[in-house]
Amino acid sequence: MSPEQAIAAALLVPLLGAAGVLLCRRRPNVREAVTVLATLLTFGAVASLVPAVTAGGRPGLELFEVLPGLPLAFAVEPLGMLFALVASGLWILTSIYAIGYMRSHHEGHQTRFYACFAVAIAAALGIAFAANLFTLFLFYELLTLTTYPLVTHHGDERARRAGRLYLGLLMATSIVLLLTAIIWTYAVAGTLDFRPGGILAGRADAPLAIVLLLLFAFGTGKAALMPFHRWLPAAMVAPTPVSALLHAVAVVKAGVFTVTKIVLYVFGLDLLRTSGGGEILAWVAAATLLLAAAVATVQDNLKRRLAYSTISQLAYVVLGAALANGTAALGGSLHVAMHAMAKITLFFCAGAIAVTAHKTEVSQLDGIGRRMPITCGAFFLASLSIIGLPPAGGTWSKWFLVLGAADGERWAMVAVLLAGSLLAIGYLMPVVVRAFFYPPPAAGEGHGEAPLLCLLPLTLTALGCVGQFVFAEPLYRLLAPIAGM
Amino acid sequence: MSEHLPILQVVVPLLAGPLCLLLRHRLLVRGLATAVPLACLTIAGLLLHRVQQVGAISYHIGGWAPPLGIEYRIDLANAYVMVIVSAIAAVVMPFLPGHMGSAMVRRREHLFYAIFLLALAGLLGISATGDMFNAFVFLEIASLASYSLVALGRHRRALVAAYSYLIIGTIGGTFFLLGIGLMYQMTGTLNMVDLAHRLPEPMSPGTPGSRTVLVAFAFLAVGLSIKLAVFPLHQWLPRAYAHAPSAVSAFLAATSTKVSYYLLVRVVFSLFGAAYVFDALKLDRLLLPLSIVAMFAGSTAAIFQTDLKRLLAYSSVAQIGYMTLGVSLASVTGLTGGLVHLFNHALMKGGLFLAAACYGMRLRSSRIADLAGAGRLMPWTTAAFVTGGLALIGVPGTAGFVSKWYLVLAALEQGRWLVAVLVVASSLLAVAYVWRVVEVAYFADRDAGAHPIKEVPPLLLVPTWILIGATVYFGLRTELTAGVAEAAAGVLWESLR
Amino acid sequence: MSASILGLWNYWAVIVLMMTGLYIVTARDNLVKKVMGLNIFQVSVIMFYVSMAKVRGGTAPILVEGEETVLYSNPLPHVLMLTAIVVGVATTALALALVVRIQEAYGTVEEDELVRIDDDDG
Repeated sequence: MSPEQAIAAALLVPLLGAAGVLLCRRRPNVREAVTVLATLLTFGAVASLVPAVTAGGRPGLELFEVLPGLPLAFAVEPLGMLFALVASGLWILTSIYAIGYMRSHHEGHQTRFYACFAVAIAAALGIAFAANLFTLFLFYELLTLTTYPLVTHHGDERARRAGRLYLGLLMATSIVLLLTAIIWTYAVAGTLDFRPGGILAGRADAPLAIVLLLLFAFGTGKAALMPFHRWLPAAMVAPTPVSALLHAVAVVKAGVFTVTKIVLYVFGLDLLRTSGGGEILAWVAAATLLLAAAVATVQDNLKRRLAYSTISQLAYVVLGAALANGTAALGGSLHVAMHAMAKITLFFCAGAIAVTAHKTEVSQLDGIGRRMPITCGAFFLASLSIIGLPPAGGTWSKWFLVLGAADGERWAMVAVLLAGSLLAIGYLMPVVVRAFFYPPPAAGEGHGEAPLLCLLPLTLTALGCVGQFVFAEPLYRLLAPIAGM
Repeated sequence: MSEHLPILQVVVPLLAGPLCLLLRHRLLVRGLATAVPLACLTIAGLLLHRVQQVGAISYHIGGWAPPLGIEYRIDLANAYVMVIVSAIAAVVMPFLPGHMGSAMVRRREHLFYAIFLLALAGLLGISATGDMFNAFVFLEIASLASYSLVALGRHRRALVAAYSYLIIGTIGGTFFLLGIGLMYQMTGTLNMVDLAHRLPEPMSPGTPGSRTVLVAFAFLAVGLSIKLAVFPLHQWLPRAYAHAPSAVSAFLAATSTKVSYYLLVRVVFSLFGAAYVFDALKLDRLLLPLSIVAMFAGSTAAIFQTDLKRLLAYSSVAQIGYMTLGVSLASVTGLTGGLVHLFNHALMKGGLFLAAACYGMRLRSSRIADLAGAGRLMPWTTAAFVTGGLALIGVPGTAGFVSKWYLVLAALEQGRWLVAVLVVASSLLAVAYVWRVVEVAYFADRDAGAHPIKEVPPLLLVPTWILIGATVYFGLRTELTAGVAEAAAGVLWESLR
Repeated sequence: MSASILGLWNYWAVIVLMMTGLYIVTARDNLVKKVMGLNIFQVSVIMFYVSMAKVRGGTAPILVEGEETVLYSNPLPHVLMLTAIVVGVATTALALALVVRIQEAYGTVEEDELVRIDDDDG
């Protein structure tokens, strides 16, 4: 398969999968088989691109020009490669998990669920491979729209209200801020292509660069920078597989990925540094990082707690980009992969507990580790990764982030990064402690471990967190070019 | 034969209308009425192709040379408009027989088709002609036919709506006529090219005629603004579109205001010239705020409607604001945005009204609350509605995005970033009114006692999806829309001099 | 100044007619009277065209053998107004037809009553 074909396949297979799901709606087993097949083929297509990209190639695919000078085009560079790998790889596990979860929960509208899920993945891959801001924006909006039916899956008043907030906030930021920034950039730079070194460098003076940077950063609502973060906790009304893959991985990573990509390929690190925009963005990210982490510590609902933790961890990535040096950018990019693996594990665990023990609040989890040792063990490993402790992958990303901040002698930022990790201990470890060391409630409850289809994926992702620690080298080699190493 | 295309474009529907009265036989009339818009579309397509290759075509009616004889002058701008008008007419045709309101209309179908074809002839005539008085006559033919079409609505309120549309429309038409008279008084000509040459002399400030020309321009602009439903002269539009039969609303919303827009642009840019209208008169200072107010007021009103067709009609008021904004930005990019939106909005609003017609057929109501459960029971219609709604919002990958792109770009080119932000911000209101419908259609359950509904037949779904599919297609491939619109904007901008 | 104001008396007549018509259209509730107002309004424009074409001392534009230089009024506006009159008649006819239908459907042609009936319908 040539790289062009691989790109096309990665985008088309999920869409075909969605069509297949709709066609097989009357036969659930066939439908689920179609989904799993689509996930495997998609991941295969994405993975086949890795060798070429690691070797320094930038395979691309240009379809046609939509507006003068604005083609619908794709080009795979290291950052997008990583994001695509994470999204398509975790889609396999999430699908298996979703089958277990949706069936044990007796959820309705499963066909719509799987179909929208597949289209959302196609949109996420489109974002990952976009060769210019226009293409990226197209898929960005598509992702918002296809995840809306997933958020409002239950269709009750609560879901609808959450859906309104979700759509309203994401659309408002993307249309008013992001689109304005994109068209403005086009008016200034005459192009929207992603180019190493940036397209605004030399064309925009410092004040304009700062305005544009802030428009981009806040306009990318999916990056959940405060004060535009509230859609993420709201989206937690969705079924857990959606929260796991989309609101811990695909959607939110699409946000921070967009910000990082804009910083690297639209502004360029030099412009970011010289204009002073990076400094402002860094403080915005730092504030979000600490505030969200602090809010997370007082949430009782487990999924909401994880959601605020996601907001905080996303800010790490934005901060990595905003520090405007290669090492920190590398750390931020690595964190995309590390956090994805860890957070999806945490959500899988939360979902497994909800399905098996019907418990959703942290305060209900006393002693649950004795009945569900594997689930809670996985939760523990993933927590380590979020905090940034060995032997979990999060160690590496935080290491490079702190190193990058220290390189630039940004001691305040070093302190923020470390404080964020301390807070992470504060909101994750109590869950583990309660599960394993608190006595279970007196009345014995008749449940054991989670269903196998739920247990298997979460075990694999938990092991993945450790794997990312041990075998971080390929990731490093893939991303090294963007850090100029 | 091919040199007679400009006149055939108008004469074919104009003769076919009365022919319907003579034929009377239901199948013959239906056949004729289906064939004529297709023939018009073919002719318009051929004309557009010719114009793209050889430039403007001038046709002298009866062989009388202009400026004495009546000239039909086809250039990129009006060829483009004629393609849109005849395409929409061809697409809505399948809706007309089965869907018409009362039994009385169904019994006298041939009358209905006669009026419809006359409306089409009028709209094409306005676009084709190069003579101002001729334009007035066609404007009134189209308007009179439209009043009658609106009056055919199911509810008796349609009659009142048609009546008030007639009153305000006639006032607009008469203003237009007065403007022509004043221009004639100063120049002694009615031919557009000739006017463009002769107007500058009395137009220049200080000459005795300058005030007359100013008054002439004012009457022309106000008259056309009424027909175009520029805010705040828009009150007739929501009533007329809400009570007309849905298919008629689809046709009128997609063509009638568009043709008025074309004529306004023609008068502003080709006859008087941007230098006079914007540099001397500063029309943009009036039109720009009005356009923005229209965008917000129209969309806000749409949010609070309980009737689907009314919602779409108020959204039209807002979308017309985008088009006039394109004019008031006074640049080729802005005008391109306006013209592109003319085309794109015709597609989306046509498609949306057709979807409303599908709903109306099954639900026998156009209240939004009655759409409950439609998402499941009429999946294709609802999907069409949602896609059309996304285009109204301006989601990338739909035609609405292309329009917005050019308008915002035009605003930013001139450093009017506030206008740019307002344009994008107003599309958020579109999110609100589109989503109100989406929530009801998908999340609300149909009452147990309500009559059962099912999807409409393919005969109606196909035309709806042709328009909706086109909004997606033209959101991704824009050579035919933005490309032509840009060239047409250039043609208009250079005036006829 | 006064000469130019009085000298243009035909315009004043047109303006008075026009405003009378517009006033009737907006101020009357009776739909038939509104149509009358509309007619007056349209007629004012017709008068404008016709008076504009008049040349002082001019006659009908007919060629008479032997007389080379006939002073005649401009015929074009007259011709145009023939068309405009046709348009006006058509408009009036349609408007009256609508009024008849409204009378059948509502039992009244008074605008305020129509509004009340529609409001009562909800």
